[in-house]
Amino acid sequence: MMTNTGNRLTQGQFSFLPPLTDAQIVKQIEYALSRDWAVSVEYTDDPHPRNTYWEMWGNPMFDLKDAAGILMEINACRKAVPSHYIRVMAFDASRGWETPRMSFIVNRPKDEPGFALDRQEIDGRAIRYSVRSYAAAKPEGERYR
Amino acid sequence: MATHSESTGAPAGASASATTVAATDVDLAALYRDSHVAEVLDRLDRELVGLVPVKTRIREIAALLVVDRARRAVGLGSAAPSLHMSFTGNPGTGKTTVALRMAEILHHLGYVRKGHLVAVTRDDLVGQYIGHTAPKTKDVLKRAMGGVLFIDEAYYLYRPENERDYGQEAIEILLQVMENQRDDLVVILAGYRDRMETFFRSNPGMSSRIAHHIDFPDYAPGELLAIADLMLARLEYTLSPGARVALAEYVERRVRQPHFANARSIRNALDRARLRQANRVFAARGKAVSREDLMTIDEADIRASRVFGEAAMTDARAAATSGGADGPAR
Repeated sequence: MMTNTGNRLTQGQFSFLPPLTDAQIVKQIEYALSRDWAVSVEYTDDPHPRNTYWEMWGNPMFDLKDAAGILMEINACRKAVPSHYIRVMAFDASRGWETPRMSFIVNRPKDEPGFALDRQEIDGRAIRYSVRSYAAAKPEGERYR
Repeated sequence: MATHSESTGAPAGASASATTVAATDVDLAALYRDSHVAEVLDRLDRELVGLVPVKTRIREIAALLVVDRARRAVGLGSAAPSLHMSFTGNPGTGKTTVALRMAEILHHLGYVRKGHLVAVTRDDLVGQYIGHTAPKTKDVLKRAMGGVLFIDEAYYLYRPENERDYGQEAIEILLQVMENQRDDLVVILAGYRDRMETFFRSNPGMSSRIAHHIDFPDYAPGELLAIADLMLARLEYTLSPGARVALAEYVERRVRQPHFANARSIRNALDRARLRQANRVFAARGKAVSREDLMTIDEADIRASRVFGEAAMTDARAAATSGGADGPAR
């Protein structure tokens, strides 16, 4: 593909930038903590863009004051599932928002095979399009090495 | 520098060292002012009586901070020192109070990032079943990152006589974090002297990771009176002249009796004096009561204490039968 060589998953923030270093991740988490957002770590190996609910790595950490603890959790997650996508989310619980405000990927598998575009012809030669990940052809847990 | 304008490369080193020598002389005083360390130390002096070894150590750490900043200003490296501490001492000598202050002090000195304190005991670290301890301890450590973790009565973590005890697991996780994440977290252990010594003897890894073993000495009678003055000022009470003399005598006698808990005993004594003062004022509620009457503790309120009675032998006998600290004195 011309626009996304390497088929990098462009979900969440900063996904068009080079992977964030630990120091940059700490800065982002500090920003979230300064706004009193609850930071959580999630992982998955299903890269479909409509897969919104990833597996939770522990509970959201809403009582932490410092990013070092969260970085500890991220590194523990990296060690446990090194070939999964891992993302950090910041949830704003204030009234009127009640939504995730930040979400960025902090770990990716080494090879991301990308997506295929499926065309399905329905009646009257109309076409339905859907997106399918090449990785999802294999079962969960065996998709990335 | 005369030679500086003539050649570009060579004198740079010479002029740099000459100017940095002068810069460092000025910087230390200015750095000391800018870091606001002096106000923190003054406040500590004012609000806590005695505690000479503690204050000395804090001043030394403050000096290290200022010199560290000067070193960084001239381009030298400065590794963050290990700040884990152990407070040992008899009951009521101020261990918990100082630990609560230490988080704020270290934050002002720039050694901890956020300056909050997480105070835990064994129950917050150790789980009840297999697999429960590690997440519990890790959660506490995560919360304490960027601040100070204060573990009171730390020796309860280690129970060698009970093989089903999970305290050792918590100790191991603590040791790992204390070593690997020194710049993220400061750990303060506290407890009574003899039991902490036993704890350290059976956990030499813990003892070696603690950089500052600080002992809290017992307070002298004069210091106890000063503490009483501070407490009364905070509670907005005053002593009548007779009461002041009586309090001095009370302290002299109480110190020699068993189960003396230093500042805690003084606080209890003042609470009992307030109780007697309240009863005295309440009993005379027929006539008008002035603001002075409500604020003043009289000599009688203190002399009514059993410490002044024939009491010395009776108290010793009562101490043998009753259990807790500050039990027999009334």
